[in-house]
Amino acid sequence: MSLQIMTANRLLGGGVVYLGENQEWTDHFAAAKAVEDNDGAEALLAEAEKAEANQLIVGPYLIKVERSDTGLQPLSVKEGIRAKGPTVEYGHGSKANSLGQAKE
Amino acid sequence: MYRYDEFDYDFVQQRVAQFGDQVERRIEGDLTEDQFKPLRLMNGLYLQLHAYMLRVAIPYGTFNSAQMRKLAHIARKYDRGYGHFTTRQNIQYNWPVLKDVPTILKELAEVEMHAIQTSGNCIRNTTSDQYAGAAADEIEDPRVYCEIIRQWSSLHPEFTFLPRKFKVAVTGATTDRAAIRVHDIGLAIVKNDDGEVGFEVHVGGGQGRTPMIGKVVREFLPKEHLLSYLEAILRVYNQIGRRDNKYKARIKILVHETGIDEIRRLVEEEWNRIKDTALNLPLEEVDRINDYFAPPAFETLDATSRSFEVKRFEDRGFATWVRANVVAHKKPGYAIANISLKPEGEAPGDITDDQMEVVADLAEKYSFDEIRATHEQNLVLPHVKLDDLYDVFLGLQEAGLATGNLGLISDMIVCPGLDYCALANARSIPVAQAISKRFADIERQYDIGELKLKISGCINACGHHHVGHIGILGVDRKGEEYYQITLGGNANENAAIGKIIGPSFAYDKIVDAVETVVNTYLEIRDSAEESFLDAYNRVGMAPFKERLYA
Repeated sequence: MSLQIMTANRLLGGGVVYLGENQEWTDHFAAAKAVEDNDGAEALLAEAEKAEANQLIVGPYLIKVERSDTGLQPLSVKEGIRAKGPTVEYGHGSKANSLGQAKE
Repeated sequence: MYRYDEFDYDFVQQRVAQFGDQVERRIEGDLTEDQFKPLRLMNGLYLQLHAYMLRVAIPYGTFNSAQMRKLAHIARKYDRGYGHFTTRQNIQYNWPVLKDVPTILKELAEVEMHAIQTSGNCIRNTTSDQYAGAAADEIEDPRVYCEIIRQWSSLHPEFTFLPRKFKVAVTGATTDRAAIRVHDIGLAIVKNDDGEVGFEVHVGGGQGRTPMIGKVVREFLPKEHLLSYLEAILRVYNQIGRRDNKYKARIKILVHETGIDEIRRLVEEEWNRIKDTALNLPLEEVDRINDYFAPPAFETLDATSRSFEVKRFEDRGFATWVRANVVAHKKPGYAIANISLKPEGEAPGDITDDQMEVVADLAEKYSFDEIRATHEQNLVLPHVKLDDLYDVFLGLQEAGLATGNLGLISDMIVCPGLDYCALANARSIPVAQAISKRFADIERQYDIGELKLKISGCINACGHHHVGHIGILGVDRKGEEYYQITLGGNANENAAIGKIIGPSFAYDKIVDAVETVVNTYLEIRDSAEESFLDAYNRVGMAPFKERLYA
């Protein structure tokens, strides 16, 4: 079975989050807990269901990742963009954007 | 100008209060996401890749400076300092947080705006010609009928849960600038042989995974029967349109599978049953709404302006901008000024809060307080005196909004693509930015001439690639972004769906491929007057294919 992590969006802010090692939801892809067997995936799903029921997150799903020398890497372009944010500058350099607001 | 009446005011206030309550219940856990999702979509709120996205309606693309200032305020206070104009003449905010959305809707309601009919399987915000009321080739102002359709379709109980979304576009001019033939229903205001004004009704157009050009279901519909005829079409669609497969649920599939003759028979049968009921449009009501769109107090001016001509001679930048972005107005001494939201290397359709304020100020001072949003993701000041054009240009230039590229290769329609959209397969914006940089030389763009390039990041075709003279479609090939090229599409009165030229190109090869297509055109055109589309229609796909895959 391939290496997987759990991702979702925060209910309140909509930002991308990952399920971390200590069942916390983190903004950081690198801090996600990776599993590679069915039991591990089931545990992530159970944790996500709980978080959904507690109005923390929305739309959880598992994504395939790989481990490289620099840590976990998403396999798809889409998950790479979800992890890092848009690849383009937006708003023609608007002031609010240049303040570098967090995803939330 | 579109305006609320007391009915609109009440129902928008009610909707804002309802949605505020629904958001609260969602946050408290009284509503699940499955229960909440259709409610938020009915209020224009999507959940995209990185955040929520709020789509705000601009009915038929017409708005004023107070509304633009409110949009700027929302961008500044609740988002990241910018908004994104879309192909539906709407504006989207890409980063609102859920708890703020009811407050945003409340603020929008203060300036008679809302997010109703921007999402969901309902009759969406009706779109129109951005030059309505100003165009020299206009038979009648289409916004009058857009407004009538808006009043009829808003919260229409029978059509709130259609098989799929339903888009209507109206043009009142001989040149179709509203792409009506790729809408579920397209209405063209026409004159019959007796000189009476009515509608030519097209049905079953659309893009997406099954692109279709709409078919004429009725060549001439008297104006008073507009609503009964629309209701008959919608009723036939609602009753026999497919609901078993969302990819086959649009009316274009029904028209294609049933045949236009049978659809016409069914529609006419239903229409004959209902046409003399309350849906019959009283002409006094048309007149009343016509008054909303009464022409502004134009001055009687000479057709030419000496100061305008002098400035055009003195300032080359102004001359360039005028050449591309300024269009003839129906009134002597006035012009239509287009504001391109496609500066070199930037995200098409994006505009900052500060730029919105500048456009609002210019509209207020120089364009009778009117602004238009276009389906090509630009803005328009529809009524500017020739004498004032230079001041408008200087104001735009200072704000970085004076790119003179309208209708040229860098004036692309581009969907948000994989940088924002949860449905996309590939990025669109960086491809557009790279093309815009590659063709940055404005003289080269003029030499190429009119060229509509449109980019979609997936087969849903929000970037209208099917009707681009050059279309680019992002596809997923084993997790990698690839781009398919189509040629020969067209969105105007000679609408056509582009044809795929061949195998797709990798992300780092697509700009070269576009340049090869353009260079091939430059080599084969029979004169500088022959446009890309004309040349393609003359020679077909072969020479382009030969060069691209050599």
